Amino acid sequence: MLHMLEHVFVEQSLVAAFAVVGGLMLVSNLAGKRLTRGRIHGSAIAIVLGLALASVGGLVTGGKRGLADIPALAGIGLMGGAMLRDFAIVATAFEVDVIEARRAGLLGVIALALGTILPFIVGTLTAFAFGYHDAVSITTIGAGAITYIVGPVTGAALGADSTVMALSIATGVTKAVMVMVGTPLVARLIGLDNPRSAMAYGGLMGTVSGVAGGLAATDPKLVPYGALTATFHTGIGCLVGPSLFFLIVRAMVG
Amino acid sequence: MTILGVALLALCTLIGVFLGDLLGVLLQVKANVGGVGIAMMLLIAARIWLIRHGRLSHATKLGVEFWATMYIPIVVAMAAQQNVVAAVSGGPIVIIAAVSTVLLCFAATALLGRLGGRSTTSAEVEHGGAVIAGDTDDAPLSKAPLSPTPLHRSARR
Repeated sequence: MLHMLEHVFVEQSLVAAFAVVGGLMLVSNLAGKRLTRGRIHGSAIAIVLGLALASVGGLVTGGKRGLADIPALAGIGLMGGAMLRDFAIVATAFEVDVIEARRAGLLGVIALALGTILPFIVGTLTAFAFGYHDAVSITTIGAGAITYIVGPVTGAALGADSTVMALSIATGVTKAVMVMVGTPLVARLIGLDNPRSAMAYGGLMGTVSGVAGGLAATDPKLVPYGALTATFHTGIGCLVGPSLFFLIVRAMVG
Repeated sequence: MTILGVALLALCTLIGVFLGDLLGVLLQVKANVGGVGIAMMLLIAARIWLIRHGRLSHATKLGVEFWATMYIPIVVAMAAQQNVVAAVSGGPIVIIAAVSTVLLCFAATALLGRLGGRSTTSAEVEHGGAVIAGDTDDAPLSKAPLSPTPLHRSARR
């Protein structure tokens, strides 16, 4: 009986994922309304629950894709994969107020520049403090602090060794998870309540998964603005990481 | 037809990602350079064009907006497949680099967000939020100050 049920889940993986995530959202919305009296957004609870389940999945299977590594829940991997995520992010652009976006445009560009430079500096300094003194390793770990995609792209281009790559990716993943969980907690403190600050936030934090989760958990109306700037971040990071940033680091450490 | 909206969204995404890949090749980076961002701007432009020419039908709108309402559930699925174990067990260098980066960027957001004063959010922004939150059907009941007939309003402009 259980076997047959599992078979259905495996065969209809995407459909099963819709049902599972729907159930998760329902429970989270109820918890948000009843237990916190609406003080915590239902989607914030759902995202934290998702992360908790991802760690359970990771511990149970030893894999890298959280819950999606459990065969019966493989559809989660498709539903939350890059393809559908990007498709949905693009769709949110349909709700953009063009005047607001244009008004915050320049701010977004400045934020993008800062959001690439600041994490890189922090990452390189940390790497240096922990005893990495070669330009390739320092640059790779610094790039990982930009996003977990910029890190390995930079590392691969520079020929970094695999332990450094792993550190770089882990830094980026940790950043993404922290942005997802941390954003709703500090949103009010940092003035994240209008399209203008959302565009600055997207450009600064960068990590598309972090920003996608963080804004969904904070306030849906800010989603398209933050996503618009955040989606440029990885591309810029991949551009300057193995080139400009590497040359600067090499000039400094020799 | 609803599929026209979905197809429009798909076309914008494909063109955007293609241009992002192309830019990556031109700049010699092994990555997509802002493809999704380009796709978003294409969709914004497409919407303006459709409204201006009075061709944004309810069904087309539905096709795009359905996927916008699916955003949050998809993000929850995304959260459920993060490599949280690696993030938690990454060691001090990972934690220190990530925590200080995030804190510094939050602080910078606060600073930049205050530049040039605060903007108040328009009704259109609130409506967009209601769509993405997925509560379009009970919109009048929600706390967001929505305009009474957002559909007609945006069609007329």
